[in-house]
Amino acid sequence: MNSAQPAVRLPSTDAAAPKRPHVTIRGLSKTFGKTVIYDNFDLDIPRGELISVFGPNGCGKSTLINMIAGLIPVDAGKILFDGMTLSEIKFGYVFQNYREALFPWMRAFDNIAYPLKMMKVPPAERKARTERLVAHLGIKLDLNMYPYQMSGGQQQLVSIMRALVVEPEILFLDEPFSALDYEMTLFMREQLQKLFIESGTTMVLVSHDLEEAVYLADHVLLLSRHPARVADFTEVTAARPRTDATLSDIDFVRTKAHCLEVFQREVRRA
Amino acid sequence: MNKKSLEPFLPIVGVIGLLAVWQVASSAKWVDPVLLPSPYEAGKAFWIGMHGELGFDFVKTIYRTAMSTVIAGIIGIPLGIVLGSSEKLYRSLEFVIDFFRSTPASAMFPLFLVMFGVGDETKISVAAFGAILVILFNVAYGVMNARKTRLLAAKVMGASRMRVLFDVMLFESLPQTFVGLRNGVSLALVIIVVAEMFIGSQDGLGHSVFEAQQLFEMPRMYAAIFAAGALGYGLNLLFLLIERRFVHWSGK
Repeated sequence: MNSAQPAVRLPSTDAAAPKRPHVTIRGLSKTFGKTVIYDNFDLDIPRGELISVFGPNGCGKSTLINMIAGLIPVDAGKILFDGMTLSEIKFGYVFQNYREALFPWMRAFDNIAYPLKMMKVPPAERKARTERLVAHLGIKLDLNMYPYQMSGGQQQLVSIMRALVVEPEILFLDEPFSALDYEMTLFMREQLQKLFIESGTTMVLVSHDLEEAVYLADHVLLLSRHPARVADFTEVTAARPRTDATLSDIDFVRTKAHCLEVFQREVRRA
Repeated sequence: MNKKSLEPFLPIVGVIGLLAVWQVASSAKWVDPVLLPSPYEAGKAFWIGMHGELGFDFVKTIYRTAMSTVIAGIIGIPLGIVLGSSEKLYRSLEFVIDFFRSTPASAMFPLFLVMFGVGDETKISVAAFGAILVILFNVAYGVMNARKTRLLAAKVMGASRMRVLFDVMLFESLPQTFVGLRNGVSLALVIIVVAEMFIGSQDGLGHSVFEAQQLFEMPRMYAAIFAAGALGYGLNLLFLLIERRFVHWSGK
């Protein structure tokens, strides 16, 4: 398979789960210095799914979502959300480094409400919408605290709520749990799954942990070394909510093994 | 009484120690009593002075230092934000700022004397000149070192350039701004006291120290020195308290 061919296995070809593509990426190209990261890259992201992006180090996992989210410019190509551009849709982005992504001079509540202020929502409605989100998610946190008074996991939870408050059509998460300890990571996975099930928002999660990537995803997007191609777009069929038992489920183990195999094939292809 | 409860009193140990050594040195006549009066005499001069002439000088110096710091803040902070938010602008002015920041402000007295005469304007403007550069440099540095992730976060949430400047950069630069203000007020005090000593001054702590020395009234001179020290310490403490109140996230 080379990058000139449409390297995508579209989920719509999968008769079992036909889903309208939400994000369509066509002819995406990106070069850093002399390194070609993406060359004529195509991808469809299905609506309402959680997609994990996984691949070898430096293959451009984060670059992909950063380009989709408009954080870094593309050299060439088109990224459309149901035919609309990024500026026409509402989206959320969760950074890996929550410590530097939240505003320490604002209380957690005001951090969460901040994007609404940018959308020129009047203060009373901002408060109501934020309170509604918090109640809806059933998160028990003292939101009068400042971020630095919270644990890492709590801060990242605030980050995620801040991204969700605008009711985004799509949420990007760049290795959101990699700065947390293992105990907190496990807890946050459950929180994210809960948020996903409750909000139904399309989510694109960059992960460096294969188990996490498979556990959370509807599809795992496996990328090759750069210039990145879609090495595989593996469907994860396990029912939600997934639990610890899912991890030892035979289908889950098989899917994970398959992803690992694809990953190692791509790593060896150096 | 346990040992922990004594800890808040530890800083007093040094003060008592210093007074003890001073008392011994003065009563054992290690130093000429004319040059070094006893702590009691100096203390008495301080107490009497602060209720009279020295108190007046003290207030004068506070007024001049405060004026120059306020002027320096009004000019230095906005300028620092503008400079800091444009890397190119800052780089092109960096040398000029660094050069004048390194120039002893006292070397500017004659120039400012020519420009403003011998009144308060000269003292205040030389001190403000010195403090402006310190404040401006720190503010610009604070703005330039705003966390990139935080700026990006504001941008993805749809903040305009102006919004990013006022909602993020301004707050990001506050801890460094306070470093600048504390250094600025210390420098302003130094310059004001020196100016009060030499350029046709009739009042102020610098004048008080200098006059007492000229008249050989040593207890009065020590009293004025302590007044200046207390003022410097107090100003620094004041800014630290303001900082702790308003920049509560600093260093966290």
